[in-house]
Amino acid sequence: MADKPKVAFYWCASCGGCEESIVDLAEDILFVADNVDIVMWPVGLDFKRHDVEAMPDKSILAALINGAIRTSEQEEMAHLMRQKSQVVIAYGACAHQGGIPALANQFELEEILRWVYHDSPSTYNDEKTRPQTKFYDENGRIPELPQLWNVVRTLDQVIDVDYYLPGCPPSPKLLKDAVIALLTGNVPPKGTVLAPDIALCEECPRKETKPTDLVFDEFKRPHQVMIDTEKCLLAQGLICMGPATRAGCGALCTIGNMPCSGCYGPTSRVRDQGAKILSSIASSVNGKTEHEIDKIIAGIPDPVGTFYRYGLAGSILRKKVKFEERV
Amino acid sequence: MEKTNGQIRIGFYICHCGTNIASSVDVQKVTDFAATLPNVVVAKHYKYMCSDPGQDMIINDIKEQNLNRVVVAACSPFLHERTFRNATFQGGLNQFYFQMVNTREQNAWVHLDPLASTDKAIDLVRAAVQRVASHKPLEQKKVPIHPDVLVIGGGIAGIHAALTLGNAGKKVYLVEKEPTIGGHMAMFDKTFPTLDCAACILTPKMSAVKNHPNIKLCTYSEVEKIDGYVGNFKVTIKHKPRFIIDDLCVGCMDCVEACVYKEARFPDEFNQGLSRRKPVYMPFPQATPQLVLIDPETCIWFKSGKCKKTCVDACERKAVDLEQQARVEEVEVGSIVVATGFQPFDSKKISYYGYGNYPNVYTSLEVERLINASGPTQGVVVLRDGSHPKTIGIVHCVGSRDKNTNSWCSRVCCLYSVKLAHLLKEHTGAEIYNFYIDMRTPGKSMEEFYNRIAEEGMKFIRGRVADIYPDMSDPDHKKLIMKAEDTLIQEIIKVPVDMVVLSVGLEPRHDAQQVRRMLNISCSTEGFYIERHPKLAPVSTFTDGIFLAGCCQGPKDIPDTVAQAGAAAAEVLALIDRGFIELEPNTAFITEEECSGCKSCIHLCPYTAISFLEEKKKAFINEALCKGCGTCVAACPSGSIKQNLFDDEEIYSEIDGILNFDHISRELSYV
Amino acid sequence: MYKEKTEKGHQIKIVAFFCNWCTYTAADLAGVSRIKHAPNFRVIRVMCSGRVDPQFILDAFSKGADGVLIGGCHPGDCHYIEGNYKCLRRFQLFKKVVADLGIEADRLRLEWISASEGDKVRLVINDMVSKIQKLGPLDLPAKYKSWDSEMELLEKCVREQSNEIIKEEMEVISHG
Ligand SMILES: Cc1cc2nc3c(=O)[nH]c(=O)nc-3n(C[C@H](O)[C@H](O)[C@H](O)COP(=O)(O)OP(=O)(O)OC[C@H]3O[C@@H](n4cnc5c(N)ncnc54)[C@H](O)[C@@H]3O)c2cc1C
Ligand code: SF4
Ligand code: SF4
Ligand code: FES
Repeated sequence: MADKPKVAFYWCASCGGCEESIVDLAEDILFVADNVDIVMWPVGLDFKRHDVEAMPDKSILAALINGAIRTSEQEEMAHLMRQKSQVVIAYGACAHQGGIPALANQFELEEILRWVYHDSPSTYNDEKTRPQTKFYDENGRIPELPQLWNVVRTLDQVIDVDYYLPGCPPSPKLLKDAVIALLTGNVPPKGTVLAPDIALCEECPRKETKPTDLVFDEFKRPHQVMIDTEKCLLAQGLICMGPATRAGCGALCTIGNMPCSGCYGPTSRVRDQGAKILSSIASSVNGKTEHEIDKIIAGIPDPVGTFYRYGLAGSILRKKVKFEERV
Repeated sequence: MEKTNGQIRIGFYICHCGTNIASSVDVQKVTDFAATLPNVVVAKHYKYMCSDPGQDMIINDIKEQNLNRVVVAACSPFLHERTFRNATFQGGLNQFYFQMVNTREQNAWVHLDPLASTDKAIDLVRAAVQRVASHKPLEQKKVPIHPDVLVIGGGIAGIHAALTLGNAGKKVYLVEKEPTIGGHMAMFDKTFPTLDCAACILTPKMSAVKNHPNIKLCTYSEVEKIDGYVGNFKVTIKHKPRFIIDDLCVGCMDCVEACVYKEARFPDEFNQGLSRRKPVYMPFPQATPQLVLIDPETCIWFKSGKCKKTCVDACERKAVDLEQQARVEEVEVGSIVVATGFQPFDSKKISYYGYGNYPNVYTSLEVERLINASGPTQGVVVLRDGSHPKTIGIVHCVGSRDKNTNSWCSRVCCLYSVKLAHLLKEHTGAEIYNFYIDMRTPGKSMEEFYNRIAEEGMKFIRGRVADIYPDMSDPDHKKLIMKAEDTLIQEIIKVPVDMVVLSVGLEPRHDAQQVRRMLNISCSTEGFYIERHPKLAPVSTFTDGIFLAGCCQGPKDIPDTVAQAGAAAAEVLALIDRGFIELEPNTAFITEEECSGCKSCIHLCPYTAISFLEEKKKAFINEALCKGCGTCVAACPSGSIKQNLFDDEEIYSEIDGILNFDHISRELSYV
Repeated sequence: MYKEKTEKGHQIKIVAFFCNWCTYTAADLAGVSRIKHAPNFRVIRVMCSGRVDPQFILDAFSKGADGVLIGGCHPGDCHYIEGNYKCLRRFQLFKKVVADLGIEADRLRLEWISASEGDKVRLVINDMVSKIQKLGPLDLPAKYKSWDSEMELLEKCVREQSNEIIKEEMEVISHG
């Protein structure tokens, strides 16, 4: 048994969906279990940090880390996994691009804490207590809690990453392909995103119905319309990120009658997914004056939340860069 | 490339441009800096990079130092990009392994602080050096030039250009919107500085045009649409209905005679409304072509549908056709000469000169007609009230050199005012006052002309006329007082005159913008069309294959107009005789495996160069149609469209260079 | 490497994307007419304002531009018929994104400058420079460094503390 390659899973700032996706391998998980030793998997197996610390450096074949990095603990663990593993895979949209947690990058840490612990209408906190990283327990010990950071980061903004498995969550097929590639040593160049380098429209069943002369007179949000189940969603005035998002998911959302929100991130030729889809969509807005244009784009009330839903941390700017001083 | 093992070897050169650049930019410092940049093997500065020794330096360095990229910091790429690309080519490289840094027009000439200029040069050099590394070898596309030419506008400029081209054996379409060619010059009596009769020198040229086997004259026609590009323009010409069949009419004017209107009642456009014409008329006796036309605005048949149509019966040749419709024709040409001329300033805009209020205030163009032997009064200067003027005041610069109207000098008004002064004196013997701001008489023989006329006893008063009003002391209230400050004696003077002549300036035609848009050329803020370079490409435009001649480019006299028309014709001939033009290879292309077939780009292309291949479900760019704007490149959501010469990587590397951004340190900081 | 920052400290730097046919030509014209203006901008020539990819703008900001200026032909005048409309549409939406991400509106500007408007080049650039000077440098590279310093700092203090805690724990264990 000892000569089976070792694989580790770890989770950082994430929802747990990525863990689910591993379980979603279904029978294939048996194939994985047969061929590798899982040496760390907080959600499924009882290994502790010191077990990993005790392992020799680079003794793990691959660590699949999901979640964005937003606490000191996550960063520490990321470094540890890096140290012990030959290959690190950023697993899922959060590790890859920041994901939903990175929407917090629209705010300063202080703003978030203030809202959550004081200002939100459901909060009663007269002492203005804030979470502490240290306290003295009755035994006189000082347990320590992770520090929350101001910036939510992608995994590769913290450690060196070898591959990316995109998606919220990655499709089991991509995971299986990745595991096989690793086991057979048949790996692509470092830095590769392990999903097709082509946009989602390629595999979207609605592609046929998209007109070649689509212009936008109006934008709508999914809750505002009865969505036609067959027609291209953009052609229905809905913002679909498909044209700017990697394929590989099997067009799950559009098949499920929802527009693509971009979780697989951009193709390798694009540096900023949000900017690129914006450029594409805005170019086709039906207006020639500021006034006409503004009227139409008012239908996109939250462009950052729309175009950077999964990609803010990994975008060019990464985070809101300046904050007005609040008095 | 074999010689260099795939290694990038850049030669960098900065030009002093005499002292143009070197006095603001520290060329030594920039050279030293460039030498420290990665991949730069040669860094030099030189007095005149565009000179032969400068170019030879590049050529030799490429050969001796195995350079495979060249960067030159000098003037604007509009000026010498071609020169240096050529040197790069002469050295044995693909000419697109070259990048230019605009260090003169956009740096040395516009900044005051040499330190800042040097800093700016350094940033841009870094950008260019980084950019050129990602340049790729490209081939230029050759497009054949269709040998036919379109000339728009049949004034003296268009006439001369058309004749020159026709004489060289080229087929020319000359399109004139009026019923006759001749433009403004046809209205003049005599022309400065030689005082030769305008008709004598113009009418032979007009009939030469008419009879030229190579010139297809389309009068009373307009260009409606222009598609395509240099070498291959598709032109839609609309022939407005004259209601006369061109081929049948011989210009006998029997129909005019027979018109139910026995008297001519409508203002005659050619005579500036100083005489009358019938609804069916010939614009003027020497009109070319010699065809009458019916003006539906004044013809009673068109207005009421009731008329005996005596004109129809009067024509033995059955040339009158009241049912005639506009006809649209499509022609193909390879190049275009724009010669649409000017319009005179509208004197009504300066209310205190009283034009339109006081009958004895005339515009210069009206006076041209008044003194013309074939004009409304056969050359006798009779005022609107029937009297003959004994004193005449001429106001120079009407509408010109004035912030409230047109700020520019119209260049010909001083001289034609002097001409008119002479002619009026000759015709009337009147006493003549010229009110001028400055006497401007540049050009060959012009000052001499002015001196000669001045000696004829004209009065010249240096001052802008501030007011013109009726002389109340004149019993008939016919005399006008011209009030001005004589700036030489610094005194307000008031001159009573019988007649005022307003020397109106030249301005862009009211439809200049429309025409410009159709042609896709630019114009100055005033509205005159812009030449490609004020000195070195004075008749070319920024749109290949389109050339300018005459006053549409700016006010000028007839000699200059003709010279420019000749130059435009020569440029066209050079283009045609070469047979082809090489286009910038900055076209866009789609990598098939990368395109998802999202169709976002298809309709963004203004030239319909992008199509969707149904079998493959991919977008495809037809390189022959792409003009390289790059709009689709910026819009492809998956980054699958690339553009030669302006690819993403090339632009990113410029951004990096400008901002002195150090990739490596940024990336390391993550690890 | 060559030090180019002058003693005056941070120089405002504007990256300008000028279309070949109008604004770039206007900037040349400003030169030919010797119309002096602020030296703080660096022009990147593109064929049309329609070529300006919003990614370029973000890239420029992230690499230290204090402002980004796009110059194109006036509406109706684009050499490629309507590239500038596409630019305008993107700009109208993109400026919202840029503002939402904390970059002041004055730092991103779109101007129509025709080939003949050499003086407008001066006006726009001088105005933009003076507005940005009031705002001060944006300097995102420094911002990124300061963001990332939270990692180093916290990391360091976390490490030191945890060692102490481990030591304490060890003591508890060994001394019963
Ligand atoms: C009062 C006056 C006196 C002058 N006297 C002299 C003088 O003595 N000596 C001298 O050297 N210069 C003189 N000039 C200057 C002279 O008029 C110009 O230099 C000359 O007319 C310019 O010729 P052009 O062909 O460029 O323009 P124009 O004469 O204006 O001809 C342009 C032609 O193009 C046609 N056109 C315009 N738009 C279109 C269109 N869209 N499609 C088709 N056709 C179109 C017009 O109908 C017109 O026939 C005088 C000017 C004025 C106003
Ligand atoms: S926009 Fe890009 S991905 Fe979409 S069809 Fe065009 S080339 Fe293909
Ligand atoms: S670059 Fe411009 S002209 Fe060429 S295909 Fe794209 S949109 Fe059309
Ligand atoms: S060419 Fe100037 S904006 Fe398109």
